[in-house]
Amino acid sequence: MEKTIAGKNITVNEEGYLTDFSQWDEQVGEALAAEANIPLSARHWEIVKYLQNEHKNQVALSIRRIGKSGVTDIKEFYQLFPNAPLKTATKIAGIPKPASCI
Amino acid sequence: MKHVVILGAGTAGTMMANHLHHQLKHPDWEITIIDEREEHHYQPGYLFLPFDIYAPEDIIKTIEEFIPKDVKLVKNKINRILPADNKIELTGGDEIAYDILIIATGAKIAPEETEGMQGAEWQKSVFDFYTFEGSLALRNKLRDWEGGKLVVHITEMPIKCPVAPLEFAFLADSFFKHKHMRDKVEITYVTPLSGAFTKPKATEALEHLLHEKGINIEPDFAIEKVDNERKEIVDYGGKIIPFDLLVTVPTNKGDELMERSGMGDDLNYVPTHKATLQSKDYTNIFVLGDASNIPASKAGSVAHFEAEILTDNILRFVHGEPLKEEFDGHANCFIETGNGKALLIDFNYTHEPVEGSFPFAGIGPLRLLKESRMNHMGKLAFRWIYWNVLLKGTHIPFVSATMSEKGKHYA
Repeated sequence: MEKTIAGKNITVNEEGYLTDFSQWDEQVGEALAAEANIPLSARHWEIVKYLQNEHKNQVALSIRRIGKSGVTDIKEFYQLFPNAPLKTATKIAGIPKPASCI
Repeated sequence: MKHVVILGAGTAGTMMANHLHHQLKHPDWEITIIDEREEHHYQPGYLFLPFDIYAPEDIIKTIEEFIPKDVKLVKNKINRILPADNKIELTGGDEIAYDILIIATGAKIAPEETEGMQGAEWQKSVFDFYTFEGSLALRNKLRDWEGGKLVVHITEMPIKCPVAPLEFAFLADSFFKHKHMRDKVEITYVTPLSGAFTKPKATEALEHLLHEKGINIEPDFAIEKVDNERKEIVDYGGKIIPFDLLVTVPTNKGDELMERSGMGDDLNYVPTHKATLQSKDYTNIFVLGDASNIPASKAGSVAHFEAEILTDNILRFVHGEPLKEEFDGHANCFIETGNGKALLIDFNYTHEPVEGSFPFAGIGPLRLLKESRMNHMGKLAFRWIYWNVLLKGTHIPFVSATMSEKGKHYA
């Protein structure tokens, strides 16, 4: 489905995740973060960029892996993106919601 | 003479030994299976043991009685796999060379991954039911537990048999009803997932059942620690859930052998091609069952379907033919829902569990994603099928290794 984010027409799935990463830019990221009531700091951006890079390298994302990434620890990840950090952070990053396996 | 070596004589390894000994025969081939243990456990039985539905003797047999006579069983601990040399190094230093290696070393719980899980309350008010010892200790606890807050908890995914904790919650509801003390027990199901299960339609059906049985659900809970003094589990976001009795599924990991051999991922699972079951790093190594990192359920039914396909692929490999990319992630699981009923789900990599009939389209007799007594009879019959049909590598009539879309109601 189509959704207007930061003044642009963006294709998203039924849960609001971007289906085409090429439509993502920093304004889109800001707008998605605002929807989740998260003002993005420099730390947020570091993590968002890290997630995008991992996704590009086809690494399966998990809370465990992020805790061991050296970019952040799980505690800080939860402080920055409260409640369900991986789901929120991937949505802001414009990448698919991680499949939490079977 | 060429040599096939199978590591692990659990469900997956035993089935492979039974399949392959019909195909790869003396004097051209020798098959060896290595496992340090004496006993073969029917692991689905760990779910029933705590509720006194099964007794220990129902679920334990020897490894030996399921290994064909022409397959050599080596009871020894494995120190390392040396894949570059095509050798296995046993503890003590003996080496076994192989032409083809099959890894079936499974997955096990790693409670040490979570702070406080194995603290002062371990096996007092904090239990697992994924080991025989844990399940038995929990049985003894439940026999005279007087009630309170029961928390059924999953630490992180992936886990063996992802429906087992749900079944535990359902069976607990039924167990306490029969003991006329359901009103004294508050059951809460705590999961790192956003809902009861990983797939949407099944989640909907299962959450409906949880609700019907008065079981609370706490989704999106990523545990940080178990606080033994306060008897609480705490998540990274600061959520706190108190318990009187915590039944947890700890982090699951592949065998430490993979770490020692430098062959596993961060959870010691072996990177494996999901359709051929060949190792991603070594062409003469194949992986099946819980030991692999493929995105299929870690369940005996999956190992059974994999074993049929892997047998064909190993024969193709032996004859120098290209492997078939045939495994589709097929899983078939009964879900006990208590009070003598069960659900059945049948799914694969691409098709989530839906309603329908199984194995005969439109007829059944089993109903998919709906509670029925017939499904429960199926689950109980399954223990007999496991010992007498499944382990022997016999094909189960009318149930194909790849999933059938017939009789299923996809939207």
